[in-house]
Amino acid sequence: MELTLSFAIGVLTASGIWLLLRPRSFQVIIGLCLLSYAVNLFIFSMGRLTLGAPAIMPKGGFIDPTRYADPVPQALVLTAIVISFATTALFLVVMIAARGFTGTDHVDGKEREPQ
Amino acid sequence: MIQHLIIAPILIPFIAGALMLLYDDRQRAAKFWLSLVSGGLLLLVAIRLLIEAKAAGSGGIGFYLLGNWAAPMAIVLVIDHLSAMMLVLTATLGLASLIYARAVWHRQGQHYFSLFQFLLMGLNGAFLTGDLFNLFVFFEVLLAASYGLMLHGSGQARVRAGLHYIAVNLAASLLFLLGVSLIYGVSGTLNMAHLANLVPQIPEAEQPLLKMGFALLGIAFLIKAGAWPLSFWLPNAYMSAAAPVGAVFAILTKVGVYAILRLSMLLFAEDATTMAGWGAQVLILLGLASITFALFGTLASQSLGRIAAYAVILSSGTVLAVIGFALAGGGGWMLTAALYYMIGSTLATGALFLLVEPMSRDDGGIAAMLALTAEIYGTGKDDNVGAETPDGPAMPAGLTLLSVCFGICVLVLSGLPPLPGFIGKLGMIQAALANAVAATFLIWSFIALLLLSGFVTIIALARIGIQTFWGSDETASPVMALEVAPALVLIALLGVMSIKSEAVLRYTGNTVEALEDRSRYAYGVFSASRTTAPILPGAGEAQP
Repeated sequence: MELTLSFAIGVLTASGIWLLLRPRSFQVIIGLCLLSYAVNLFIFSMGRLTLGAPAIMPKGGFIDPTRYADPVPQALVLTAIVISFATTALFLVVMIAARGFTGTDHVDGKEREPQ
Repeated sequence: MIQHLIIAPILIPFIAGALMLLYDDRQRAAKFWLSLVSGGLLLLVAIRLLIEAKAAGSGGIGFYLLGNWAAPMAIVLVIDHLSAMMLVLTATLGLASLIYARAVWHRQGQHYFSLFQFLLMGLNGAFLTGDLFNLFVFFEVLLAASYGLMLHGSGQARVRAGLHYIAVNLAASLLFLLGVSLIYGVSGTLNMAHLANLVPQIPEAEQPLLKMGFALLGIAFLIKAGAWPLSFWLPNAYMSAAAPVGAVFAILTKVGVYAILRLSMLLFAEDATTMAGWGAQVLILLGLASITFALFGTLASQSLGRIAAYAVILSSGTVLAVIGFALAGGGGWMLTAALYYMIGSTLATGALFLLVEPMSRDDGGIAAMLALTAEIYGTGKDDNVGAETPDGPAMPAGLTLLSVCFGICVLVLSGLPPLPGFIGKLGMIQAALANAVAATFLIWSFIALLLLSGFVTIIALARIGIQTFWGSDETASPVMALEVAPALVLIALLGVMSIKSEAVLRYTGNTVEALEDRSRYAYGVFSASRTTAPILPGAGEAQP
């Protein structure tokens, strides 16, 4: 399971970075999305991987914390998802505005001159 | 009641900003007064907190446990000398920029005042929080607001620079998250005080992961602070932002500097065992590189806005280098002077951003911008553009005042006596010379760059000044009172800073002492009583 997850994070990150460095704004935003998925998975994995363990402990009595999943990364991931979703949406609007202004989808607002 | 004052700097702008969203956007006057009340309250609260921190001496530190949960479960707010200082600086700059915006800019788009309040909320939260993840959340709040403000007024240049600004900062936020989660994965906590206790105990085998986490975090902060290889987005973004926005952005880079200062002094200060002084060399080198970059940038710039943006990089580069020296064991006096310099240069760059527009109005700078705006909003051809003159009465002898303000800004930024720039630089150089035994090459290059930066700044700014004030023959367009007044206030504050330099330096000295005395912060959070007390002298009795 660890191997699968780390492989998934690695592939997502690699594709995200590659896309982020591309000149088209659409590629940039997809790259940022992929990167944020990778980061969210990474945060999640930092609470250690557990199978079928609840994150919320019952009230009262002695409990063995090893039988529960770490709730903190799950809370963090939730916050991170919301924030990156919102900022990505905002970025999309700016991108469309830039497309309207400059008439091109190049991130610099102008096409590179032909050699 | 008084203990709840700590959270007021977050709540006041939040409530004001949210309230203003309910108003129709045409109620601009009401919105302006509401923001003014909020800004004024913020300044009062910040000054009150500053006075309390000052009265409590160098050990004074206050905690606020949100929801009254015990640390480290609770999200904790911390107020000490450094935070109080940054709060006052934010409120001052915010208020000045707010009044300036009343002249023209608030009419150029929607929700200006709400976004501005949310920006203040994010800034204050970032300065107050004692928790890494909350730091992330407040960073996002202030960034989201800054995206809106950056694009305020729209126009091609702004949207293009904004696109880069947002893309870079989104990537930086992802790095921030990676760093935070790595640190959590290794240490199991996000509370800064808890981390300070745990870091020396992390086993050798896990230290590389922890260092990687902090390095990622550091990259995110350095991007915000505008350190050299990570600052290419900054000049364009700051230059194309609206003038009042640029002024308040002057403190945005200082958030990154603040976070680096806070975390590195807390976690990697001299006595913190195996990871002591970690990253000091990198900070020094990046700081020196940023100063050099800013030097060339300043010389190459043709417009005042761009020079102001490079002045921002110059100021944060200087402070970053000094943080590096302090981490490497360079003594507190250098950092004391650097904090003093930071306050002075932040106020001066803020004032400079406010001066850009009245100074370049003759060149058609603002007219061109307004024409562009009108075009975007489809508000017709020329009639509407001409009507967009600033509100309020014209300032008598406006141009003279403007040139005096500009001259004083030049003096501060280039570090000529008798203004704060000089005192700060003198202090830093004095301390560096006293300390020149260690790492001599770096120290000497720092001193050389510091002196050179003053020289270069004066060349570049004098050129602009001559072109603007002496070089034009036509009668100048009137200068509005509302536009000069905020800059005048900021400049008056700079004057007060140099007259009262001893008191300010004593305060920053206490700040550095408090930063170096890590145990107060590290253990104080845990001994903070559940019902929380106001700042008490020596509230954090060390209890390992």
